[in-house]
Amino acid sequence: MSFTTPEIAWAPLTPLLIVLGASAVAILVESFVRSPETRRRTQLVLSLVALVGAAGAAVVQWATLDGAGTVVLDGMLTVDRQSLAWQVLILVFGTLGTLLFASRTRAGEEAFTPLGASAPGSSDETLARRKGLQVTEVFPLALVAVGGMMLFTSVTDLIFLFVALEVFSLPLYVLVALARRRRFLSHEGALKYFLLGAFSSAILLFGAAFLYGATGSTSYAGVAAGISSSTGTDALILAGAVMVVVGLLFKIGAVPFHSWTPDAYQGAPTPVTAFMGAATKAAATAALLRVMYAALYGLNWELSWLFWVVAIASMLLGTVVALVQTELKRMLAYSSIAHAGFILVAFAGLPDTALSALPFYLASYGLATMGAFAVITQVRERSDEGTVLGEATRLGQWAGLGKRSPWLAGAMALFLLSFAGIPLTAGFVGKFVAFSAAISSGAWPLVLVAVIASAAAAFFYVRLIVLMFLTDVPEGQEDAIEIDYSPLARTVVAVTAVLVLLLGIVPGPVLSAFENAGVLLLGAGG
Amino acid sequence: MFPILTVMVALPALGAVLLWALPGGARARAREVALAVTAIELVLAVVLFAQFDMSAAGSFQFSETYAWIPQIGTSWALGVNGIGLLMIVLSALLTPLAILAGWWEDKDDSRRTHYLALILLSEAFMIGIFAARDVFLFYVLFEAMLIPLYFLIGSFGGAQRRYAAVKFLLYSLAGGLIMLVGVVALYFQGPGGDQAFLTDNLTGLDMSTTAERLIFLAFFLAFAIKAPMVPVHTWLPTVAENARPGTTALLVAVLDKIGTFGMLTLCVALFPEAAHWAAPVIILFAVISVIYGALLAIGQKDMLRLVAFTSVSHFGIMVLGIFAFTQTSVEGAAFYMFNHGLSTGALFFVVGFLIHRYGTADVTQYGGLQRVVPVLAGTFLVIGLSALALPGLSPFVSEIMVLVGAFSAAKVAVIVSAVGVVLAALYVLLTYQKVFTGPAPTGKRAKVRELTRRERIVLWPLIALMLLLGFLPGIAIDAVREPAHDIVATVSSQEAGA
Repeated sequence: MSFTTPEIAWAPLTPLLIVLGASAVAILVESFVRSPETRRRTQLVLSLVALVGAAGAAVVQWATLDGAGTVVLDGMLTVDRQSLAWQVLILVFGTLGTLLFASRTRAGEEAFTPLGASAPGSSDETLARRKGLQVTEVFPLALVAVGGMMLFTSVTDLIFLFVALEVFSLPLYVLVALARRRRFLSHEGALKYFLLGAFSSAILLFGAAFLYGATGSTSYAGVAAGISSSTGTDALILAGAVMVVVGLLFKIGAVPFHSWTPDAYQGAPTPVTAFMGAATKAAATAALLRVMYAALYGLNWELSWLFWVVAIASMLLGTVVALVQTELKRMLAYSSIAHAGFILVAFAGLPDTALSALPFYLASYGLATMGAFAVITQVRERSDEGTVLGEATRLGQWAGLGKRSPWLAGAMALFLLSFAGIPLTAGFVGKFVAFSAAISSGAWPLVLVAVIASAAAAFFYVRLIVLMFLTDVPEGQEDAIEIDYSPLARTVVAVTAVLVLLLGIVPGPVLSAFENAGVLLLGAGG
Repeated sequence: MFPILTVMVALPALGAVLLWALPGGARARAREVALAVTAIELVLAVVLFAQFDMSAAGSFQFSETYAWIPQIGTSWALGVNGIGLLMIVLSALLTPLAILAGWWEDKDDSRRTHYLALILLSEAFMIGIFAARDVFLFYVLFEAMLIPLYFLIGSFGGAQRRYAAVKFLLYSLAGGLIMLVGVVALYFQGPGGDQAFLTDNLTGLDMSTTAERLIFLAFFLAFAIKAPMVPVHTWLPTVAENARPGTTALLVAVLDKIGTFGMLTLCVALFPEAAHWAAPVIILFAVISVIYGALLAIGQKDMLRLVAFTSVSHFGIMVLGIFAFTQTSVEGAAFYMFNHGLSTGALFFVVGFLIHRYGTADVTQYGGLQRVVPVLAGTFLVIGLSALALPGLSPFVSEIMVLVGAFSAAKVAVIVSAVGVVLAALYVLLTYQKVFTGPAPTGKRAKVRELTRRERIVLWPLIALMLLLGFLPGIAIDAVREPAHDIVATVSSQEAGA
């Protein structure tokens, strides 16, 4: 038996290799650098250099790409402008997320537990805290997650799709469990996320097996060919396709596959929530786009009911349940479910324009999400004795924030307005292009539902703005809130706020960049 | 060419930024700064009016077009025809008066600065909307304007102001988002390309009847909420009652005109077939607004709510005029939009002055004021009479134009609406009677200040303008004649085709 070494074009994989290589180095740093403080600093610099460098490499590739792109690893991976656009987006979220991971309160406290292995409330935990331990593993974990997500946006093979899914999901499960405060909530969120995530991976894999069984291929191109050559409706193909799509809808967080979202969002350390909320949704949307356009385009008509039902259910449930939330992170979690619905609106009928509209939508949504959670890290409770505690996430605690800290509250208001899709913010342009895509394929009833849901959703975004700006600080509560100051978190807030405004007022350059990205190298669409 | 319209949009916006940037110490001078900015704006508006070529009032003048987001086909395209011109003059006139009227409202410098900055920002949006020649630009400004207004209502005013602000926002947003569906759908009907949203490129499209009607409805709903028509008017009385009189004056006198303005320049101009199709039902709702608004106005104790309901009634007359589609009625409606701004703006200001004196808007708390403050009483009476369309004042001219013009098209509607005009006499005169006649107030209440010089500067120019246009309406009607003619011609060509 002879074994031929596969021809691998390494150059198109540069951004990916930088990130995954850096994550390997980062793991070594974990083992060999003893002092927590030095380790933290090394990890932070290493991560930032890797992420920014990878983003730079991706941009260079974008500029020098010959033709539409390159197929790597015998069709397992495709590097085209679409995948590069998503990779850059995920790298931006990764960079901002890493800054948040490294941010500390004024008292020098991280968002993460000092020792993940210690039981909450145990003497181990106290000891670890006193000795100043830090879980700097969060940096390599984040790098692996970013690498997995980048892979996820570029895969064109069902097996590799599954591998990439696991590569970015496993680190996230761990990250969610590492909160410093309210650790039981954090563990609960992580466990739910893990169990349901494992379940969804299994469904995805099962669906991939069906598709392989029916078409004899795991590559997207092979599946597409199998679908077009089959006559009539093949139950096996349809079942497989539905299961693959459902597996991805899980990661997007669409109803009825959303139940992990509120717990994971609430329990996770806020920097992780920010990163996860922005980047996972982007990666999963990118993967779903490619699966739909490159592999399952022939089932467009058969699968459209699924997108209609799931989109409407997500928008309605997300909006209605968010209306009654009193916990800020849970409210944003339900808002993210509603946004999953808005994203799926653009999938209705698989219009070509969705390929350029969705990267913009996810860019605007992700930036506002990162910014909003970064603001949350800055608003903290204070005990009666005056010690600063965890984040103040009950809605009522935000009353009068606009008077305490006008800039921070103003930035939060901007992010909320962007979520609500008010013009002159990025969220409006995002909604506009996404809904235009849907209308171009004739799905205007779906868009009508979407705008009604947007109007209702505005109510709970505005409620928070009312609390911040139009309500006074309750009597006797003047000292219950501490506005923290972390330069890194403030940087994230400032950068995202500026980008949300810029993308709202002069979206032209970014829109045209994504228009270039709206062509898939392989696939029926585009 | 000097980009006067862009400057007029940018100037108040920059003024707002300047106010917010003022350091603590300089904020005591915020009023003067704001007044200066709006005064320059008024001068620019007068220049605009003087330079406007009345012989070509139907076409857009002072046009500017710059690419904004070519990827989605939208441009920064401004320009005014006669109707837009009148609306811009109205906005530029009322904003400084609103600032003057609220000169003493705030004790706190930074709070006042905030208020004035929001007023300036609203002015920038108003002028932008009246000058927009691009549907997307119009929409963006239309929605973005909600933010300063929301804070104007929610931060400054009466006890229920937060509730009022949220109600206002949700109503407007619901209408606006449905309009967004229409805007997007319109794009796919149009020619596409870098300037897909220019109104010129969207006029006279060959759409399927169903598409045209659905898009028309999406636009119309947003404008009906803004103009407040029954049954989507309920936010207006709540807002009027709770916001500051100055804010409400701007809101009702200028901002709500965006509703009727949009009906005229977008709904009817872009979708003539659908407008013609929907006209009977719209006229029905317009007549209901006229009568219902007037009846409710009679029943109000709160003067601010009363004025708000009179406006619901008056907006009904404007909508009737627009959708009757005769030369005289459309001209009258467009002219009425201007006159109603003068009359209602003055009415809200003068009610605000009364509230400033007595601390309440409850009409039963007043009485006998004409013996103590005759000038205030007389001024109030003149302004009130303008609202009931007394001959000699300009609202009369426009109201009679609408009713006479619409008669040939919708006889029953006009006859019923005429009852509304009679009811107007009732609510105006009853209010005057309760507030100003009867035994002179005694004790503390007798010490009421006469109309101050500042208050006269606010009210008397408005009255003078109404008198001028009452006797020489031609000055303004010249501006709306051609646009009205174009609109009527577009719609009647549909009629001939159908």
